[in-house]
Amino acid sequence: MKKFITLLLVSLLALSTLAGCNNGGKKDEPKTIKIGASGPLTGGAAIYGQAVKNGAMLAIAEINAKNGLQLDFKMEDDEADSTKADTAYDVLLDWGMQVSLFTVTSGAGTGVAPRYDEDHIFALTPSGSATTLVYSDTKVYETTFQMCFSDPNQGVGAADYIKDHNLGTKVAIIYKSDCVYSTGIMQKFVARADEIGLEIVFQGAFDDSSATDFTTQLQGAKAAGADLLFLPIYYEPASSILKQASDMGYAPIFFGVDGMDGILTMKGFDTSLAEGVYLLTPFAADATDDLTVHFVTEYQKAYGEIPNQFAADAYDAVYALYKALVAGNVTYDMNAKTIADIMIAQFTTMTFDGVTGTNVTWSANGEVSKAPKAVVITNGVYVNAE
Amino acid sequence: MAFLSYLISGMGLGSVYAIIALGYTMVYGIAKMLNFAHGDVIMIGAYTAFYCLTVFKLSTFASIVITVVLCTVLGILIERLAYRPLRKASSLAVLITAIGVSYFLQNLAQILFGTDPKVFPELMRNSTFALFDEQLTLSFKTLLTIIVCILIMIFLIVFVNKTKTGKAMRACSQDKEAAQLMGINVDNTISITFAIGSGLAAIAAILLCITYSTFTPTLGSMPGIKAFTAAVFGGIGSIPGAFIGGLLLGIIETLTKAYLSTQLSDAIVFMVLIIVLLIKPSGLLGKRIHEKV
Amino acid sequence: MKKMCEKIFDKKHISRTISYLVVIAGFIIIQLMMNTVGIKSLFRSLLVPTCCYIVAALSLNLVVGVSGELSLGHSGFMSVGAFVGIIISGLLEPYLAINWLRLLIAMFVGGLVAGIVGLFISVPVLKLQGDYLAIVTLAFCQIIKSLLNNIYLGVANNGLHFSFIQNKVVLSNGGRMLLSGPMGATATTRIATFTAGFLLILFSLLIIYNLTYSRFGRTIMAARDNRIAAESVGIHIRNTKMLAFVISAILAGMSGALFGLNYSTLQPAKFDFNLSILILVYVVLGGLGNMTGTIFATIILYVLPELLRGLQDYRILIYSIILILIMLVTNNQNLKEKVETLIMKIKTRFLKKGSAAND
Repeated sequence: MKKFITLLLVSLLALSTLAGCNNGGKKDEPKTIKIGASGPLTGGAAIYGQAVKNGAMLAIAEINAKNGLQLDFKMEDDEADSTKADTAYDVLLDWGMQVSLFTVTSGAGTGVAPRYDEDHIFALTPSGSATTLVYSDTKVYETTFQMCFSDPNQGVGAADYIKDHNLGTKVAIIYKSDCVYSTGIMQKFVARADEIGLEIVFQGAFDDSSATDFTTQLQGAKAAGADLLFLPIYYEPASSILKQASDMGYAPIFFGVDGMDGILTMKGFDTSLAEGVYLLTPFAADATDDLTVHFVTEYQKAYGEIPNQFAADAYDAVYALYKALVAGNVTYDMNAKTIADIMIAQFTTMTFDGVTGTNVTWSANGEVSKAPKAVVITNGVYVNAE
Repeated sequence: MAFLSYLISGMGLGSVYAIIALGYTMVYGIAKMLNFAHGDVIMIGAYTAFYCLTVFKLSTFASIVITVVLCTVLGILIERLAYRPLRKASSLAVLITAIGVSYFLQNLAQILFGTDPKVFPELMRNSTFALFDEQLTLSFKTLLTIIVCILIMIFLIVFVNKTKTGKAMRACSQDKEAAQLMGINVDNTISITFAIGSGLAAIAAILLCITYSTFTPTLGSMPGIKAFTAAVFGGIGSIPGAFIGGLLLGIIETLTKAYLSTQLSDAIVFMVLIIVLLIKPSGLLGKRIHEKV
Repeated sequence: MKKMCEKIFDKKHISRTISYLVVIAGFIIIQLMMNTVGIKSLFRSLLVPTCCYIVAALSLNLVVGVSGELSLGHSGFMSVGAFVGIIISGLLEPYLAINWLRLLIAMFVGGLVAGIVGLFISVPVLKLQGDYLAIVTLAFCQIIKSLLNNIYLGVANNGLHFSFIQNKVVLSNGGRMLLSGPMGATATTRIATFTAGFLLILFSLLIIYNLTYSRFGRTIMAARDNRIAAESVGIHIRNTKMLAFVISAILAGMSGALFGLNYSTLQPAKFDFNLSILILVYVVLGGLGNMTGTIFATIILYVLPELLRGLQDYRILIYSIILILIMLVTNNQNLKEKVETLIMKIKTRFLKKGSAAND
């Protein structure tokens, strides 16, 4: 019995720490707008999460230095997993998030998009490209918006590009079947290829548990005589595919999408394997316009590396949020719901110029008007493939 | 030709399973326990080789030696600290402990080395050759794996049948108490078995890394479970059985991936295990042991 | 009524009474807090998963603790329950607007299907023993995951559409996907509630206690402690073990359904081998066959690291050490005695100090 009472007391004590802070205690006057975000800071997609964090922090530091509207930023780790993103969302709620940079990856974002919609908090994802982030089969999520081009755009864009530039006649695809991002692009690509008469000779799938051994899929592609391998996947499995293809002496043209970005900065990866790989990106670090030059130099100064498109998208996303916050006269004491209404009104009417595109507009369901650009890796850098 | 190339890469994969399965089968045959942590010894081996090659810049040979030695020591340590105190305990307790050890190693590696995938340095470059008018390309890596596996199997068969320690092992696997009465040091024999199994795990680690190029702290868990399946398939306790089981499983897996579906290959592999256990629990080459009351 | 009270508050089974009291007290306290001071949203979102894990751990304890067979495939049953639950709830949604009723039906059907799967699996599984049994349950868990990874199911005005391996489901306007292979269920309406979780725990306790404190319970424990002796006195081991296995699967399926309806997105890969092991850790730490312990272990091991987010990375490392130590201390005679004398020493010293202070 004594044991039981002790346990009870301990649990009561524990419970008391869980009580929320909305019990009327006098709070300090808020002096910032709180921007939350979640993304993979560890695990296989960590390069994206880190890039988004860096890009966003850079933009926020610049904005705060203007001494106008002050922003506060908190990013939680979700390891690109939908359930972990759900917990991260709760942590951000407890922190008092007013607007959000949503999630970095599509898979995590799909899990929390309905929650942003239910709680009516405005969320702009820098890099989550799946359509499931902005609408589901049954409804459009009012408060979620995208900064990067969407998967259908990428799938169609890639197919068109391959056809127009005659890169390959027989196309093989290797995609990740448990990833919304990968399957989303793959489906659109296949549909578009069918329309424009691009022959697809092989489709190979893999999932998280089989993401190390690609020999079977590569042999299948090779046996089917594919001269172009389309890889709508993230850079990490792509690096293994490039390696294993080289090991078996198979050298088709490799065509990736935005997930391929990051492959050159992967530690230990032999970048010579990525020579001649095509990929899609809205951002080219070698562009000469003032905005890009400024961003690239500042980014290099702060983090010592050339920014990829994830950093650029995050940088733009923060500035887009900032533009809408200022234009909508948002004040620090407004709650998330009120801000969301203002932001939706702003985003559906404003045009935005950033490093990833000019005259960018958003549709009512949250998709952005941006066209993907193809680049090819030559001598270890991206070169515009147009 | 496509079929032949699938078959060969299946044999390559199967050889890795076979090497791991040899470790499983020896430990199971003698200690009568399922060493769940076997797969994670492979993972530790991969990290050891990786750090030897990249950070300490050692030669390939030195790295392999260090990896094998370290894994052997790790295997002995695990046996001493976690399994030996439980020699008389129920199989439930031993299995849970083994799972605990497996998770301990996996998460220790996650904390020490991070969860991000590491890229294994290139040991053999541009190593393919073509046959039949370029219809079939073979990679040296696959051939090397198969050859290493066959050598290991021959070595083990000779070791177990011809040496004194091997004889002690066979005695322990048949009857521990009788072996002890005959003057065999059972504890040492079991330690040696763990040492050999873990040394094999180190070799498997290096072979896995040169074929797949990237690895994470979960590297060993799936191959570990599949290799156990292979050991059961071939007949637990039997060395040629583990070899044949491993090869067959690798081929089945690759062919399923190639002709049926990548996503179903796991299901098929585990169906094989269940069917074997139900129809012939002693495996292809195993002996049926009757339970004593 | 009086008889029932006597049954529940039996002095012989004090631990049973404590279990019920703890669960009810916990529920009342949390409800009170929610309605008065409010709780953090992180904690609120942990409530339903905690209930699910408690039920899953309780049901696994029935197999591992009471029946004495190590099952490593428990997450497979949760998985079946979860996805069946999600499908049922999704299908009923247009016709049945009452959330709690839909949840109840989903949990019931989810549990039922998981039970049927459990029955199928138990036939081959219970032919084996020990390590082989464990590895086969693991294999089944992987097979269930693999199969679910290949199921595509959509619903539209013209009925259900199903395809296997490749997604060939084409839906007319207004249709929606219920399961899309490895991506699992997306955009599920979240209808799971804490109250439902609480009631499910009570229900599980009721079933498990009534089973273990009955003739069946004594039979199964006899079979666990000495199979050959039990068989020789005419106990039908297969049937009793099968019953425990199936009931455990049903409860796990129900908890899975509740779990699945708590998230808007859920992939089959969530219910992997790791989840089975996590539940096993709760059971082992709570004590094999000890239901109250299981509840506490689950709460402490699941909730604490989630709240102290910095501890997340070390969580499983610490669990694995605890797991190994508990196994060593409880199963090695030498260590057991050493620890017992140590505890005695601490106790006597503590008591001495206490009595000195009283003087």
